[in-house]
Amino acid sequence: MIEPTPPASVEERVNFNTGEVLMNPSVGEPIMRLDDVTVSFAGRNAVRGVTFDVHQGEITALIGPSGSGKTTLLRALNRMHDTVRTASVTGSVKLGATDVYAGTTDATLLRSRVGMVFQRPNPFPTMSIYENTVAGLKFNGVRKKALLDEAAESALIAAALWDSARDRLKAHASTLSGGEQQRLCIARALAVEPEVLLMDEPTSALDPIATKRIEELIGELKHRVTIIIVTHNMQQAMRVSDRCAFLLMGEDKAGELIEFGPTAKLFSEPTDPRTLDYVNGRFG
Amino acid sequence: MALPNGAYRGLLATVAAVFVGLVLWFVISLIVQAKPAFSTLGFSWIVQKTWDPTHGKFGLLPFILGTIETTAIALVLAVPIGLGTALALAYLVPHRLRASLGTAVELLAAVPSVVYGLWGLIVLAPLCREYLEPFLTSVFGWTGLFNGPDQGVGLVLAGIILFVMVLPTMVAISRDVLAVVPNDQVEGAMALGATRWQVLRKVVVPGARTGLLGGLTLATGRALGETVAVALVIGNSPYIAHSIKSPAATLPSLIVNNFGEATGTELSALFGAGLVLLVIGVGVNAMARALVRSTARGGAASVAVA
Repeated sequence: MIEPTPPASVEERVNFNTGEVLMNPSVGEPIMRLDDVTVSFAGRNAVRGVTFDVHQGEITALIGPSGSGKTTLLRALNRMHDTVRTASVTGSVKLGATDVYAGTTDATLLRSRVGMVFQRPNPFPTMSIYENTVAGLKFNGVRKKALLDEAAESALIAAALWDSARDRLKAHASTLSGGEQQRLCIARALAVEPEVLLMDEPTSALDPIATKRIEELIGELKHRVTIIIVTHNMQQAMRVSDRCAFLLMGEDKAGELIEFGPTAKLFSEPTDPRTLDYVNGRFG
Repeated sequence: MALPNGAYRGLLATVAAVFVGLVLWFVISLIVQAKPAFSTLGFSWIVQKTWDPTHGKFGLLPFILGTIETTAIALVLAVPIGLGTALALAYLVPHRLRASLGTAVELLAAVPSVVYGLWGLIVLAPLCREYLEPFLTSVFGWTGLFNGPDQGVGLVLAGIILFVMVLPTMVAISRDVLAVVPNDQVEGAMALGATRWQVLRKVVVPGARTGLLGGLTLATGRALGETVAVALVIGNSPYIAHSIKSPAATLPSLIVNNFGEATGTELSALFGAGLVLLVIGVGVNAMARALVRSTARGGAASVAVA
């Protein structure tokens, strides 16, 4: 059994796919830049003309009512729309110097740099807790047991799952509670050492206590990875995020960005009256 | 129509009783008909090597082996090709082609077995004799399994015909169970940087393994019991085959070729052969159930959401 050690320091961490050493996040610098991003399905826009920067080491929340295109926009950032035949993404998404939608950009490699946690916990049911945690590393070709063990432990500690899971790493993921399963999914995503972690309403399938623990976890994780979180819960956005993007469905049923800015300002003195209405709960 | 609860219960119980009664009647008749053979010959005849009714020898071993060998050849071919085709149909083939290819698969499954047998005998047997068997002998001859003349009909051809027959069943079932692996599993793997192939191999196939085993069991059952098509292409030789190219026979082909003239102990021995076949079939099913039980743990359905 592996001995508990503190998680690897930021400077030592490398992406297992690209071998790039991850820089100590210089908080506040843009790491992802969205410029006029439009996602459409079968020619119909789902989200239109979104432009904003995601700052390194911060938590950026995407808020807005149902149908405002939050999830659609989020899934454009790690090219999850690639599998949908009718989907098309225009505009530009940049991760550091990488153009996400350039023909030369390998989508699988990109996804090891931009991780994702989904609405419903989706651990692999046929794999154990350990196997789930290292699944991403194995997909990326890491075979050495020592490396896998170390990464699994570090990721499980970071996801606050190590204490409860360390003695049953070989147990099936399905033996965990819903909240633990979601933390396992977070650990699984962290193990690959992504630069950005996308979270799509990660607490919407969880009870209030499990939600609280995930929110605390998100706050701790920002020292390790830049987070973009979709949430329909404004209190959650207020509690966890540094910056907020407010989206709303426009006349043509496509979501558009109404306002983007520091969370505190967006909630206390928004510039757009629609944002004010939304954060005050007048609709949505 | 509103029936009182008691009436529903009575109705269902009656229907179920008819079914149970039929099964019992069938099994008991089989045993009763086979009994004279067992009282005359004991039990050892089942595994004896010689089938020679005129001299009172009814050894079933050549037919048991023939049944197992042809089924094994069919499955060795059907498992990789069937799984590959099913994966392609479920995940790789463009959507507009899936429906027509799926229909083609179901069409193949509906072809009567005697037609496959005829096709095998008239079309495949000459090809098998002229091309396939010489080729197999030149590549695998060193194993010693391909000795003897190239004859066309025999174990190889019977195995191939069975493969062609079970393939649609396997593809149709495998495709359906692969397609229902939850999409969030597929996306979960993709989001970790898995390639398309890794998603299929590490997530989709393991996630569907219970259903895949079910498909394999059905295919095995069909291969074990197939009668007419095998009887047409296997060469019907009552001797133990010493080469995969040799003519042989299976338990079903033995029965269909001999019941017409059989009387007395021979007829009873044919019922005995049927009983042995039934036992093999039940055994395969039981094994599959045990396998499913041991792998079902952690199946897709058991992941809890709070």
